[in-house]
Amino acid sequence: MENKSTSPAVQLKGVYKRFGKVVAVQKMDLDFEEGSLVTLLGPSGCGKTTILRMIAGLEAPTEGEIYIKGKRVNDIPIHKRNLGMIFQNYALFPHKTIFDNVAFGLKYRNVAKGEMQAKVTKALEMVRLPGVEGRMPSQLSGGQQQRIAMARAIVIEPDVLLMDEPLSALDENLREEMRREIDNLQQMLGVTTLFVTHDQREALSMSDKIVVMKDGLKQQEGSPEEVYNYPRNHFVSDFLGHSNFFGGVIAGLEDEGVSVKLQDGNEFRVEHPGDWANNAAVELVIRAQKFELTYLDEAPPEPDMNTFDGTIKDRSYMGGEVSYFVELESGTMVHVIGIAKLTPFKKGEKIRLHVAPRHCGLLQKDKAGGDARPAK
Amino acid sequence: MPKISGWSLIRFYTILVYAFMFAPIVVVVVLSFNPEQFGSFPMKGFSFRWFIKLAQNQTILIAFKNSLILGSLTAVVSTAVGIMASMAFVRYNFPGKNTLNTLLLAPIMIPEVILGVALLLFIRWLQQPKSFALLVIGHVVLTLPYVLLIVQARLGGIKKEYEEAAQSLGANGLQTFKEVTLPLLTPAILAGMLFSFTISFDDITATLFWATAQNQTVPVKIFGMLRNSISPEINALGTVMIVLTIATPLLAGYLSRKLSRGS
Repeated sequence: MENKSTSPAVQLKGVYKRFGKVVAVQKMDLDFEEGSLVTLLGPSGCGKTTILRMIAGLEAPTEGEIYIKGKRVNDIPIHKRNLGMIFQNYALFPHKTIFDNVAFGLKYRNVAKGEMQAKVTKALEMVRLPGVEGRMPSQLSGGQQQRIAMARAIVIEPDVLLMDEPLSALDENLREEMRREIDNLQQMLGVTTLFVTHDQREALSMSDKIVVMKDGLKQQEGSPEEVYNYPRNHFVSDFLGHSNFFGGVIAGLEDEGVSVKLQDGNEFRVEHPGDWANNAAVELVIRAQKFELTYLDEAPPEPDMNTFDGTIKDRSYMGGEVSYFVELESGTMVHVIGIAKLTPFKKGEKIRLHVAPRHCGLLQKDKAGGDARPAK
Repeated sequence: MPKISGWSLIRFYTILVYAFMFAPIVVVVVLSFNPEQFGSFPMKGFSFRWFIKLAQNQTILIAFKNSLILGSLTAVVSTAVGIMASMAFVRYNFPGKNTLNTLLLAPIMIPEVILGVALLLFIRWLQQPKSFALLVIGHVVLTLPYVLLIVQARLGGIKKEYEEAAQSLGANGLQTFKEVTLPLLTPAILAGMLFSFTISFDDITATLFWATAQNQTVPVKIFGMLRNSISPEINALGTVMIVLTIATPLLAGYLSRKLSRGS
């Protein structure tokens, strides 16, 4: 077909979207590799849905260009873009049978009757709901309806699959199952997919690439591991998981990392790649899950950890894990999430807090505060 | 005094309200079967005499035909215009949208006498004679607000995602409207047509200004008959009208339920 060889499946070049005075998306450059699953992750109102709607053709970019399979689509209306869309609330046509729903897109693609039948049957098999052709959407559960919506979108063999929070309307248990199913289906079909979500777990578990957004701006782009382990700024590290942030300065350069002195006087040894200058203002970032708690008389879990004594000020038991708030002797509060042992620590108990230097991240102070400015 | 509670008073009051509303109608229906020229109770027998006389009255039959044609035309035109206007108001944004919408709904608030005179003066100014077309236009103006309210409410309830899904699958604007929007609007369309028909069929105030001797509707005809004499025929005609205006919506409701179950 078109020049498939080098151009990305979907490409955004300098896209801006303004609604009156509100800037929904700014300076957006994105490349989707053919066959990859890209997630737009961010809080509501960050512009992620607007990007999806611009790729779909439901909104026109104020500035910039959008390419699908190397072809500029700015002026191509939605019904000629060959897309599959999945909505949060399924959007199955309530007055049509499941067969007519799934076959809807085929009607506009000159597919012969018999072939249509075969394609619908195959699509329903792929979403593991064979034999429901004659039913009405209202006779199916939410999860089943979303699968039919999947079948309706993939049966037309779209160039791009666009999913707008497809799991949000489902129950917690069903969500995990559907997530895996979408993941499998996407890999099996190899269709380029854009997945929009505010749920970091969904994003981390299924994406080839995550694009974290805030206020219409791209904050960071990379593989799930990159984005999670090496957040570029305060916002990203805060949004992906529960992080502790401490202001401090570089107090010493060592062979394998640096020493950071916090405002409360505590010093942390940190192993974080990057060029750090002595006395530079930094922000120390430590995820709540990376701490380990022991009793005062216990041996540390591993050698060479940053170790501080403190008191459990508050805790909430969440089944598999326990969330603690620990007050260090310096008065600093630390949020710790630990695996729930049979006897969790109690409120008021004196404990010792450990964290390995490799689990301590550093952000430059200017980057830490500047997450709303365009990222380079 | 254990029995006279607040509730029994309310019940009594409610019964009075209903009696006040429906007793005159019941009297008309009962008297239409009275064989005597002058109605009085107790009735002396039961007959279809006035219905038969009614069926032989050529002018009334013509008025009846006029009313039916006028009502049907009004329903069709009003609903067609109403659907298009509603689509514009609910699905699109354009300057002056709210003002325009309020203007179209205004005939509900404006007294019918004024509407009647205004349209008449307008037609005079255009130097056009009164005609059946004038009646249709007038009745569309009267009924359009109701269609707009019903269709807009329903359209607002139809999620935009249905249309977006259809478009993403390859349907253009017209195909989307035909395949998705229109079928989902059907209940509102039926209701709108029904409303228009009954309002048109019932209307007298404005119609009095617009009707000519050739284009009399049933209410105008009844009004004319009352000026000359009080014939029991009018009771019979009233009964027919009541049956018709009650039966039409019931039938439509039954049909639409049957249709939606069938599909």
